[in-house]
Amino acid sequence: MENFLQQVINGISLGSIYALIALGYTMVYGIIKLINFAHCDVYMLGAYIGYFCMTSLKLGFFPSMVIAMLVCTVIGVLIEKIAYKPLRNATRIAVLITAIGVSLFIEYGTMFFVKANVRAYPEMTGFLAKSFAVGGLKITAQQILIVISTIILMAMLQFIVKKTKVGKAMRAVSLDKDAAELMGINVNSTISFTFAIGSALAGAAGVLVGIYYNSIDPLMGVIPGLKAFVAAVFGGIGIIPGAMIGGYFIGTVEVFVSGYGNSLYKDAVVFAILILILIVKPAGLLGKNTKEKV
Amino acid sequence: MLEIKNLDVHFGVIHALKDISLTVEQGEIVTLIGANGAGKTTALRTISGLKKPTRGSIIFEGRDITSISPQDRVKMGICQVPEGRRVFSTMTVLENLELGAYLRKDKAQINKDLNMIYERFPILEKRKKQAAGTLSGGEQQMLAMGRALMSSPRMLFLDEPSMGLAPLFVKEIFDIIKSINQTGTTILLVEQNASMALQIANRAYVMETGSIVLTGTGNELMQSDEIRKAYLGG
Repeated sequence: MENFLQQVINGISLGSIYALIALGYTMVYGIIKLINFAHCDVYMLGAYIGYFCMTSLKLGFFPSMVIAMLVCTVIGVLIEKIAYKPLRNATRIAVLITAIGVSLFIEYGTMFFVKANVRAYPEMTGFLAKSFAVGGLKITAQQILIVISTIILMAMLQFIVKKTKVGKAMRAVSLDKDAAELMGINVNSTISFTFAIGSALAGAAGVLVGIYYNSIDPLMGVIPGLKAFVAAVFGGIGIIPGAMIGGYFIGTVEVFVSGYGNSLYKDAVVFAILILILIVKPAGLLGKNTKEKV
Repeated sequence: MLEIKNLDVHFGVIHALKDISLTVEQGEIVTLIGANGAGKTTALRTISGLKKPTRGSIIFEGRDITSISPQDRVKMGICQVPEGRRVFSTMTVLENLELGAYLRKDKAQINKDLNMIYERFPILEKRKKQAAGTLSGGEQQMLAMGRALMSSPRMLFLDEPSMGLAPLFVKEIFDIIKSINQTGTTILLVEQNASMALQIANRAYVMETGSIVLTGTGNELMQSDEIRKAYLGG
């Protein structure tokens, strides 16, 4: 039982990170129907920006995370403006291939600047280095930090999407671009805003993963990115609460497979889930099966 | 108020609108009738800015708006109720109405307009917390019209407002259009239901395969043999 609860705690921590990344995939898909493969690299860049803030600039954790989020916001918007906006009326496959290109460009471009070697994240000190024993369970301060940061970010996201004008515009554009435009909504700036928010969340996830796993490298985004994508599909791609649920589900499953089974299979199980969900309920957990409109 | 001169629109090689010219004067209801595929919706989409013309100009209140963005057109007081209603289905009725006032900043006046819309369409107030997609077709049409009115337009474009509605609702929708017009909003109405449209319109244009083939007052066209045969069932 103790082991079980311990795995749940680990699963929630990892799931938080997947959920943060999955939100970016799902929001962008919701608004322009694109799987933004470059999203996982924004997450990687977030980890590096946090790393340089903490090592070269000697900043603390929170300012580093905020800077990483801000820089990632700019990067996300630039990617959209440079790579995707000119293809607004192109076929979906053209944009998808472009996204893969952008992803590879960022990965190997980053490698050129920071070298391919793995870097160790700075050691956390003070409160962030502590861990607590509750009953027989071990909870680290970093896990608490990850979960609380994620909850705050998700609450902010929900507030923006549900209550603010720009959030309503985002939902309107994702439901019906033409109708939104006829109401005077600027579709392009709404799309930019969506990339901005998704990238900020990815940046936060990057820094959190850095302090959690302690190591970063230019290709670190690939596998977590794919898993977050699976999480988004699991919850129903385009649906924000779906990405949150999916993230926690995939994180927990992965931890349990490692904890009770064989950690070599943890990636395989996640992708098996993708295959299963595509066979059983392609629209995802919260998705409705929609008929293709003619 | 609105003047369209020699408008040409192409979809690739398809010549969808051919040399369209029409005018709408302040306070009028003008209707554009014609069969399916005649180019009526394309004409409205071009005036709203969703489709770029290849030639010609659109003048609204003396200003050339041919190349300005749809947003700027809404700001100038033009709003379109699109064909098939196109309400934001998973958003609430209230959120839909709020989005109609997206470009406005005058909070007090927006609230007043919201109440005015609830007065005009009491059913929308009753359903304001409900997702728009759960409304009936007629209610959705009312919502689409209410949403457009929330932008406080001086000119309203309506694209097939009677499409897919029960006959009882059709009559109601046309009464509402008339009353919107009486409160000072100029209306350009695109309809396949020619007899209803001609009854409420001051003037009408008839379109056929991308061109305007006939124009006159609503009454004149209702009397015209050609129109009766083609659109009014004898």
